[in-house]
Amino acid sequence: MSILVDEKTRVLVQGITGREGRVRTRLMLDYGTHVLCGTTPGKGGGEVHGLPVYDTVEEAVEFHGAFDASVIYVPAPLVKEAALEAIAAGVRLLVLVPDRVPIHDVLEIAEEARQVGAEFIGPNTLGVLSPGKAVLGMMGGRADAARRWFLPGRVGVCSRSGGITSAIGYYLSKKGIGLSTMVHVGGDAVVGFSHPSALQAFEADPDTDVIVMFGEIGTSQEERAAKLMANGTVTKPVVAFIGGASAQKGTRFSHAGAIVEGDRGSHESKVQALSEAGACVVSKFDDLPTAVQAVVDAL
Amino acid sequence: MARLHEYQGKNLLRQAGVGVPAGKVVKSAEDAVSTVSDLGESVVLKAQVWTTSRAAQGGIRFADGPEDVAPIARELLGLKLGGFPVDRLLVEQKVEIAREMFLSIYVDDSVSRPVLLFAPIGGSGIEEILGSSPDKVVRRELSMLKSFRGHEARSIVRQAGFRGKRLLAVSSVLVKAVKLFRSCEARSLEINPLVETRDGRVLALDCRIAVDDYAVFRHPELGIEIARELSRPPSRLDRIAYDVEKNDYRGTFYFIEFDDDDDRPRIAFHGAGGGGSMMSMDAAKNEGFCLANFTDTSGNPPASKVYRAARIMLAQSNIVGYFGSGSGVASQEQYNSARGLVKAFLETPLTVPAVVRLGGNCEDEAVELLEVYTSHLPVPVEGYKSDDSAAECAQRLRELVDHPDRWPLPGPKPRENEAELVVNYGFDTVTGGRVDFDHDRCFRCPEAVCITACRPGILTLVDGVPRLKITPREAARGKCTECLACEQECFFRGENAVCITLPIPGLDT
Repeated sequence: MSILVDEKTRVLVQGITGREGRVRTRLMLDYGTHVLCGTTPGKGGGEVHGLPVYDTVEEAVEFHGAFDASVIYVPAPLVKEAALEAIAAGVRLLVLVPDRVPIHDVLEIAEEARQVGAEFIGPNTLGVLSPGKAVLGMMGGRADAARRWFLPGRVGVCSRSGGITSAIGYYLSKKGIGLSTMVHVGGDAVVGFSHPSALQAFEADPDTDVIVMFGEIGTSQEERAAKLMANGTVTKPVVAFIGGASAQKGTRFSHAGAIVEGDRGSHESKVQALSEAGACVVSKFDDLPTAVQAVVDAL
Repeated sequence: MARLHEYQGKNLLRQAGVGVPAGKVVKSAEDAVSTVSDLGESVVLKAQVWTTSRAAQGGIRFADGPEDVAPIARELLGLKLGGFPVDRLLVEQKVEIAREMFLSIYVDDSVSRPVLLFAPIGGSGIEEILGSSPDKVVRRELSMLKSFRGHEARSIVRQAGFRGKRLLAVSSVLVKAVKLFRSCEARSLEINPLVETRDGRVLALDCRIAVDDYAVFRHPELGIEIARELSRPPSRLDRIAYDVEKNDYRGTFYFIEFDDDDDRPRIAFHGAGGGGSMMSMDAAKNEGFCLANFTDTSGNPPASKVYRAARIMLAQSNIVGYFGSGSGVASQEQYNSARGLVKAFLETPLTVPAVVRLGGNCEDEAVELLEVYTSHLPVPVEGYKSDDSAAECAQRLRELVDHPDRWPLPGPKPRENEAELVVNYGFDTVTGGRVDFDHDRCFRCPEAVCITACRPGILTLVDGVPRLKITPREAARGKCTECLACEQECFFRGENAVCITLPIPGLDT
């Protein structure tokens, strides 16, 4: 098993005819993701990589039946509209790839999703990849690279940085440690599927033994993840690294979520909360693979 | 978060129907004095800078009469508070306060909703008081799908201990403030203190609004110049960089200049990807470097964007090295970054050693481009891949900076002084750039390397010279991706017949 996505997940791509939509649909198909079709309002009737294009998600559902997931590649100001359309058509897992989605739009998506029990990953995410099974989004960039970089196995990865998700997957695989699923929860201040969600999903996944988490300054995700460990909701071992040790307060470091506001979200508060909850927090990123190896060996 | 000044926030509150003291914004002591005729003798002068505890820092002063106002205004206008020079004051009528309250509405990521906090006490130091006695605060999560109703506001205010007419007056402020929070897409809106005056009015005495950076584009009415969090006013290079980002939607370019002033060696820092950049920044600091800036180019930016980023970074003074490093395993094709860096390093030209970690897709090609095409520069330029860690790369840069005697000798110059290009063909690009050709030289070129190198494949050979196989209009609308391959391949392997100009407004003039 894995979390969120596998080779059976039935996938729709919204914004499939755009620059990124086309390229990343190629990646997903080449990697083995079960992509059935795409949508772009106004481009219905066309084709991309042999897949039919529809004007609306509703129409796509009429032709193909229900979808498990939709990957969204529309411009940031249109993400809300696309996400709400997918939710209305019954899709229960959304991957919001674009960067710079307005935060009030994200809050609206969150509220509608909550009402019907849908999940969304992102925004500002590379997506999610279950090695050897499927990828949603753009993780790996090219299928051949994704196959070479990420080996299947029993370690789950969640990260607030896309590049670091790939880096962790790559360095662990190079050490011979395989991965169940890697999920980039997104770099924004408010995300749907967050670190706490990922920890709970990995906890419930019988094929994940160890969880690796890359956190960052800003937001409350790591502190909430620590709470889940402390109260016994998450019992699997967690190895973590928190970026931004030398970042000063009140300045945003490119990710919209990476800002320390007042005393909230500081590097120290996260390291302390996670350490106290029993996570193995490494202070150097390069030590991560060795630390994970030690935890895997001790199982 | 794009922060608004107190006076800007108060203007918005006034428009939303929330009472604020009568006041005027002034930029000189003379103007401050002239407000007295409108506002009356007793006024308060408030420095308009975004910093906490302004009062404690001496940024808020009371004055009685014109003789009193002038010297105080002069003093305040000479201050620097929390890194910001005070260049304007808000002069307001002094208000007789009967009671202080606290109101805050902010986006809470832990519940993915706006949260409203209201307390029947307020003023400076309120955060600490409320932190230690949370029972004094009424907290409500707000819906994004329904509007905030009057009865909800009245329930909150009642819970805080208000009754009758006072309940009504205060709850109406809550409704209007939530409406404003939504309409200007704020990340946070705080009124502290909200006061009841002795004469029974409810007024916002202070106001802090931070607007979501990503929503600024749909709020031109707010007049926000730079949608970035900074702990000081934006620098010249901050502005130039912001304009580059604003005018090119492809990928991300994030730049902030630091004003760290110490004796550690200062380097230009060029990250790729938020998390990898922060990690690499930590690695550089561990090697004892001081960073002149923080830059992130990621999300598959075109070579032209990386070029502009590098040019801006190299315009910083007193740098002794250039450090490029991201996550190490980028999903994007890294030759775009390599091409952009090569163009910037050759044109500037680079005078300090550069270590660039280009791990990710197509890293072999990227590192080869970077190293071979800069080998004639008098300074070392080294490329690294996914198996080289950020810490090792930072260490290597430190070694190069500390030991110029160990630098390898530069390679031979690819070309000696040539005559100038005679441009007789060209087209515009999507960011206001220009690709020019000297077709007389193209005639001499047996290889037409520009055509084979062109990533989007928009060039073709017509009568022995390269021309667009699409319309110039299509090229200018983005079909030419500004991959920079034609210029570089022609320079190193052809006849040096191509010249790409990519203006950076504000930098070259």
